[in-house]
Amino acid sequence: MKRIVRLFALVFVLILVFASGALAEGRSVEEIQASGEITIGVFSDKKPFGYVDENGEYQGYDVYLARRLAEDLGVTLKLVSVDAPNRVEYLTSGKVDVILANFTVTNERAEVVDFALPYMKVALGVVSPEDALITDVEQLKGKKLIVSKGTTAETYFTENYPDVELVKFDSYTEAYNALLDGRGDALSTDNTEVLAWAIENEGFAVGVETLGSLDTIAPAVQKGNGSLLNWINEEIVSLADERFFHADYDATLKDVYGDAVDPDSLVVEGGVVE
Amino acid sequence: MQDWGITVLFRGRNLLRLLGGLGVTLELSLISIALSILLGMLVGAAMTLRHPLPRFLCRLYLETIRIMPQLVLLFLCYFGLAKAFGLQISGEMASVIVFTFWGAGEMGDLVRGALTSIPVHQSESAAALGLTRAQAFRYVLAPQILRRLTPQAINLATRMVKTTSLVMLIGVIEVLKVGQQIIDASRYDMPQAAIWIYGVVFFLYFIICWPLSMLARRLERRWA
Repeated sequence: MKRIVRLFALVFVLILVFASGALAEGRSVEEIQASGEITIGVFSDKKPFGYVDENGEYQGYDVYLARRLAEDLGVTLKLVSVDAPNRVEYLTSGKVDVILANFTVTNERAEVVDFALPYMKVALGVVSPEDALITDVEQLKGKKLIVSKGTTAETYFTENYPDVELVKFDSYTEAYNALLDGRGDALSTDNTEVLAWAIENEGFAVGVETLGSLDTIAPAVQKGNGSLLNWINEEIVSLADERFFHADYDATLKDVYGDAVDPDSLVVEGGVVE
Repeated sequence: MQDWGITVLFRGRNLLRLLGGLGVTLELSLISIALSILLGMLVGAAMTLRHPLPRFLCRLYLETIRIMPQLVLLFLCYFGLAKAFGLQISGEMASVIVFTFWGAGEMGDLVRGALTSIPVHQSESAAALGLTRAQAFRYVLAPQILRRLTPQAINLATRMVKTTSLVMLIGVIEVLKVGQQIIDASRYDMPQAAIWIYGVVFFLYFIICWPLSMLARRLERRWA
């Protein structure tokens, strides 16, 4: 009896999971404008890209772009807090129109969502305590590396360095806290992230600044939503005329990186990566 | 005072935001608990039926919620329904549905346990005294069932309050998520705030759950 019940429960779950039809389709530009509101998924705990300030307002590099997109579409902006592991789900289930949550373009992701032109570029970096600084990936063998679930760092180390023991967390906040508490020997995520974090956290330094291939960060829309994709691409190209993303950098990232980082090493204008 | 991470709490509207998050946690918990208790009574009554079909269905239901982590249920309800049936519901609604679905099942099992734990001679004696079935239930069975049920039901309620922290993963900003946002927004200039904010969040959960636990203990002692 018990076994049969469990089997039924399992089958029920599998049906639900795989019954992913085309019912939750993405909204076209016209539909968004007609509704008067665009829903954009951003991080709410990843300063300086997407975070909530002490007044409860969303801020950051991604949010700056989100505001501009809504403004140029002539609609009001509704921001939704997303986390790294559920970003794709938000799009595929039609919960948001666009994801602007520091979404690194990868081949796997491109199979399930459509990426627009990039607006930033990054590689991976590794931050560790200064007194036990990791300066080469080889030093990580047999050590504990902290990563956030669903990030490129997790995929990269799983594929290329299976000897490194990964300690995984659901959110960035938890991952950084784990490093501060010494629950791992180092932490890896986008270099933009670790560079900014190491500047503010004494006793920690980025020993490995660029790792893996140079990746780009782009807005993502639901697979097959050509209308919105084209509109965003045209928008990004036209924003290059006013050097919008440099202005975005000055407004949101400059304070964090100071002189440690050259803006042109991060910012991509008009979707063109040199 | 510079090294006191707690000062982060008093920046801008942080304290108000945290309390607002607590409001969301409380609202979701209370609605789900109230619905769970009501529906749990029905489920529990259904579980004691002798006919094999309702018994099988109840069993299936209970096993499902026991096997599945609440997070999976939340994802299925929030993203799964949208994908499978184009049914778009808010994160809050999905949370209430899932927690009620879970709570009613667990509550039902508690009700079933309480119902079946009353010895048959209680209702037989009541009948022998000339009480009708309704009177027997009202004056003999119900008070005993209630005594056995209340401490366990309160226990379930505190578990539900704590489990609501999962709803942040379907975009609902409750107290723990607000805490994480505050920690993150100040992590460059006040990294030591984390322990303080988590401490405050712990305290907020404590002041909700502790009175409930105390109540359960008092009732248990009084009715033992």
